Amino acid sequence: MDLSLSPEHEMVRKMVRDFVQKEIAPIVKEYDRKHEPIPFALKRMGELGILGICIPVKYGGQGMDYLSLGLACEELEAADTSLRVVMSVHVGLCSLTLLQWGTEEQKQRFLVPLARGEKIGCGAFTEPSMGSDVAAMTTYARREGDYYILNGEKMWISLASRADLALVTAKTDLTAEKPSRGLSTFIVDLHSPGVKTGDIHGKLGVRAGSTGWISFTDVKVPVENRIGEEGEGFKITMSAFDHGRYTVAAGATGIIRACLEASVAYAKTRTTFGRPIAEHQLIQQKIANMSQDYEIARLLYYQVGWLKNLGKRCTYETSIAKKFATEASFNAAHEAVQIHGAYGYSDEYDVERYLRNARGAIIYEGSSEIQTLIQAGYALGFRQDKPLRCEPPAYDEKEWQS
Amino acid sequence: MKIIACIKQVPDSEAKVKVENGQITWGESPLVINPFDEYAVEGALQQKEAHSGTVTALCIGPESAKEALKYALAMGADDAILISDPALEDIDSIGAARVLTAAIQKIGGVDMVMFGRQTLDNGTGLTPAQTARFLGWPMLGWVGRITVEDGRVTVERVLEEGRQIVKAKLPAVLSIVQSIGEPRYPSFMGIRRASKATIPVWTLADLGLSAPTAAVKRVEIMNPPVRETVCQIITGDTPEAIAEALVEKILAEKVL
Repeated sequence: MDLSLSPEHEMVRKMVRDFVQKEIAPIVKEYDRKHEPIPFALKRMGELGILGICIPVKYGGQGMDYLSLGLACEELEAADTSLRVVMSVHVGLCSLTLLQWGTEEQKQRFLVPLARGEKIGCGAFTEPSMGSDVAAMTTYARREGDYYILNGEKMWISLASRADLALVTAKTDLTAEKPSRGLSTFIVDLHSPGVKTGDIHGKLGVRAGSTGWISFTDVKVPVENRIGEEGEGFKITMSAFDHGRYTVAAGATGIIRACLEASVAYAKTRTTFGRPIAEHQLIQQKIANMSQDYEIARLLYYQVGWLKNLGKRCTYETSIAKKFATEASFNAAHEAVQIHGAYGYSDEYDVERYLRNARGAIIYEGSSEIQTLIQAGYALGFRQDKPLRCEPPAYDEKEWQS
Repeated sequence: MKIIACIKQVPDSEAKVKVENGQITWGESPLVINPFDEYAVEGALQQKEAHSGTVTALCIGPESAKEALKYALAMGADDAILISDPALEDIDSIGAARVLTAAIQKIGGVDMVMFGRQTLDNGTGLTPAQTARFLGWPMLGWVGRITVEDGRVTVERVLEEGRQIVKAKLPAVLSIVQSIGEPRYPSFMGIRRASKATIPVWTLADLGLSAPTAAVKRVEIMNPPVRETVCQIITGDTPEAIAEALVEKILAEKVL
């Protein structure tokens, strides 16, 4: 067993770190305060190939492996969550799901521009009255000849107002015995007539990120834009979550690291009772906990990256990595604020932003409660992975880079 | 166009460098490509793109210096060569210039050699000029912009007094400054290529050289004296009184 990163992985990590530390970290606070996305971030991430990092070269990507995706997410979120969210929806939910379930023609038509960063993608599953209970969605796609007519509303969609394409799951069979079998998934051009999008304001965190809503009113979606078979929407959505949750886990690990680094630096310079607070045991305990959680979170997402490289389904391992890292990142940020004292409570330091940003990930991409149910389901034997018509594609260095 | 970018591996700029038992140490800080040399690689890549050609990264150093060369490859350099020999451990700038000259001559057909303006560790900034002298080529220092036309290079030199436009015949040696533009990040394709690259290692024997004799000898290295800083809070009943007390202090300490 070798847990060390390859020189290639180290270089990927350094490249993304250099980018965010030079171009994002110095200005993100300003945009977070204004509740605005950094205007050039998406473009730069596209130019640098980050938006297509783990998509095969033949589909417009960079041909790196799944672990590289995780490493990039860790570095991006160590600077700001808004950048990692882009990866979760553009790469995780949209591109990787297309790679897994799309036909060759769909990959050429949709995946290539997404991987090149020429188009931006998102995933639209959640609705105003439906989140964790995916099968309860009400967005409906009615088949009419060569089209589906899409009606409904999606909510809490990252990049809703910025994306060109959305992977949308909707009901296609209202009479299905099990509601989950009546769902289908489509790739929808968000510039189509009948599509409206908007931003949601007043969020606790990820204020430099774009979160919004999409409404569909009699939107004509060509049949050839349906991903997978009719009725496969639930399985496709669950695959999308597996990809997305991996990026969330890796990103949250970046928050833990950022909290740890900020706390160590502050604890060494701030003095109380005549000595640096780093010498006080209660501060050391907080830093030790962050340090321990960082190592655990890192190893958990590395494991998922490794399993994904092998092409193995890893819903269980992804769920553990996601739940652990997101909860630990919130705890780390909470303790980092405590270590920084009153300064940590102001936005003069970054830790209050880490705290606000960390909170959302305990809810989105499957809340901690849903992750607990998934893990219990596997542990008790109530839940088993059945073969999928399209299994997640293994990383094949030669094929992905040709 | 054949361009050589000469680079060096140095301790990271955030490393805490100190002297222990007469030896320089930077603790566990990583070794990186000399940040000034990233501009040299950037300048070389810009000329390669403008005139189609090749960029070879050249470095003197131990086996670990291959990592710095791999960084240049990941940025877009076509080839990399490491010159490594136990006899090169303590060379000075003139020794480095002799060795680099031999390597540049061995490569042959070179149009331009680019250096960063100085290294982060020794920081003499002498090697580019010394290499130019040994090669017998023009030396263009502190270059911020480069135009090549009809076998001649026109550069804008960025000097304290202002800008200076200088022309020279190729081949030439250039030292590059920040005005050339921000060094590009390595591309993913470059990273893949660099991680798989086999970097040839040349020894002094390969260059037909014996160990260079140092012109400058390091007699002693010492840590800078530790500064004792004392923080004093100036108090007073009114802001005016505090300001007055502060001015008196500043004058007494001869700060002004």
